[in-house]
Amino acid sequence: MHPAFSVIFLTTLIGAGQGLFLALFFSQVSVVTNLIPQQDSHFYAVGSLISVLFLVVGLFASFFHLGHPERAWRSAAMWRTSWLSREVIVLPMFTLTVIIYGALHYFGFHKNLVGANPVSDVTFIVGAIGAVLCFALFICTGMIYACLKFLQEWHTVLTPINFTLLGMASGYMLVTPLANFSVPGNLNYYADTAIILTFIAFIFRVASLVRNRRLKPKSTLQSAIGVRHSNIQQKAQGAMGGSFNTREFFHGKSAVFVKNVKWIFLVLTFPLPALLVVIGLVSDLSYFFYMAFILQYIGLLAERWFFFAQANHPQNLYYQTI
Amino acid sequence: MTQLALVIDLNVCVGCHACVTSCKQWNTSGSAGSMTDQRPYDKDPTGTFFNRVQSFEVGEFPSAEMMHFPKSCLHCEDAPCVPVCPTGASYKREEDGIVLVDYDKCIGCKYCSWACPYGAREFDEVEKVMKKCTLCVDRVYNMNLPESERKPACVISCPTSARIFGDVHDPDSDASVAIRESGGYALMPEWGTQPANHYLPRRKNKRHIHEDELVRVDNPLKKEGESQTDQGGPFLEDVTSW
Repeated sequence: MHPAFSVIFLTTLIGAGQGLFLALFFSQVSVVTNLIPQQDSHFYAVGSLISVLFLVVGLFASFFHLGHPERAWRSAAMWRTSWLSREVIVLPMFTLTVIIYGALHYFGFHKNLVGANPVSDVTFIVGAIGAVLCFALFICTGMIYACLKFLQEWHTVLTPINFTLLGMASGYMLVTPLANFSVPGNLNYYADTAIILTFIAFIFRVASLVRNRRLKPKSTLQSAIGVRHSNIQQKAQGAMGGSFNTREFFHGKSAVFVKNVKWIFLVLTFPLPALLVVIGLVSDLSYFFYMAFILQYIGLLAERWFFFAQANHPQNLYYQTI
Repeated sequence: MTQLALVIDLNVCVGCHACVTSCKQWNTSGSAGSMTDQRPYDKDPTGTFFNRVQSFEVGEFPSAEMMHFPKSCLHCEDAPCVPVCPTGASYKREEDGIVLVDYDKCIGCKYCSWACPYGAREFDEVEKVMKKCTLCVDRVYNMNLPESERKPACVISCPTSARIFGDVHDPDSDASVAIRESGGYALMPEWGTQPANHYLPRRKNKRHIHEDELVRVDNPLKKEGESQTDQGGPFLEDVTSW
């Protein structure tokens, strides 16, 4: 497939925004369960604001993918059948919840609804709703690709799992410099989780690479045109100067380029940021935490580019001489 | 339930592209707006088409043959492009099974083209909506046309009658009979999309000629006793009257 930068930015930006929100909410869960000490309310507020910024910029990027952005509101219509439609509904709902979550923390609106139980705190309940929406959004985004059975590279449960894990890993990478600045006492909690999530994401991303390498295409040129012959050569594609079919479904880069992108993302997304976080923890320099997130985000851009480029659409069988 | 479709006879198609040009002519002049082109008279011309003819060489010279392969939307009975559309712009008509795009609802996200294994949909770069074969829905029900012309433009224009139009759910339609009796097949059956359009395979009309058939009984040379190829008979032709 042709990797569209609008979609690459959409999925990576909202992934980081979602991961950041989950980091905030799970830290609140950890506070409630006394795993980590109490945190400043402004930490949640600023974190939510950054999360919303990522979500909004991601949403903005997605509009560049549309031919008619002014009709985008229509895309909420078919939520019964279309994962894309579901994403379109869940994304604003989630963003709104994060805004409310951040605002409640900013204004210190901590009201326990049931006695002194901190779980019934309004911020905690809103956060829990946000977490459910966040995971729903990860699933919607992943299923947009995983539900297309023709694209065998995507048609696996690993697709939504990887979207979730990579999003969470980058979210925790993003929260680490913020925590270093705002709640330095809990820095290790965030940095360690970022490294662990990056490691788990690495395992699942490699699992999908291994899976895809062993894929056998279900369709062949023989089944595509219905001729049982081992030697078929295409002589004409029905268009002299190319068509939508020759542009949309091919990445247009050499095999070496694609392979290089794979190695770049494998290094930039996983070992390098983890190493930088460790260096940051040892050296106590915040600079390394920023670098860790930036490098991982660049790695994720390469990862998403590769994700699209690797998918081989069966329609390409009709365009043998690209 | 009706399912209109095309049956394309690959044994007859000569790859003349008349279906491509007539399709473009009819549909670019239609009420749904033009099918735009980019650089039509320049280097690398490209544009929107509903129908394309591709050519494949099967086998290796000298035992090779060219197969021309017209390719358009197959109007799948279980069309995978329809449920993925977020706006409902892509739909399959209940009454005749034609898969259509409502160009006023399409947001141009191209997701339906990803969900079509045949690459039958083309994005219009100027109108910014997804376009596809309509099976000339504005012809087949058009009361302003004489009844003989209420067929898709490609079917009417085909000089070799390689395209048969009809209801593939009606067992007695020309299309169904052709599929049933001439080995009609569907493309990429492995995906379970159940394409309504079918293709008829290349067929070889082979005839085995016996040696004695090469020698005519009433060969005038033989009558005059000058034949050098007299095999001695009696032959089939001696005892049957043709």
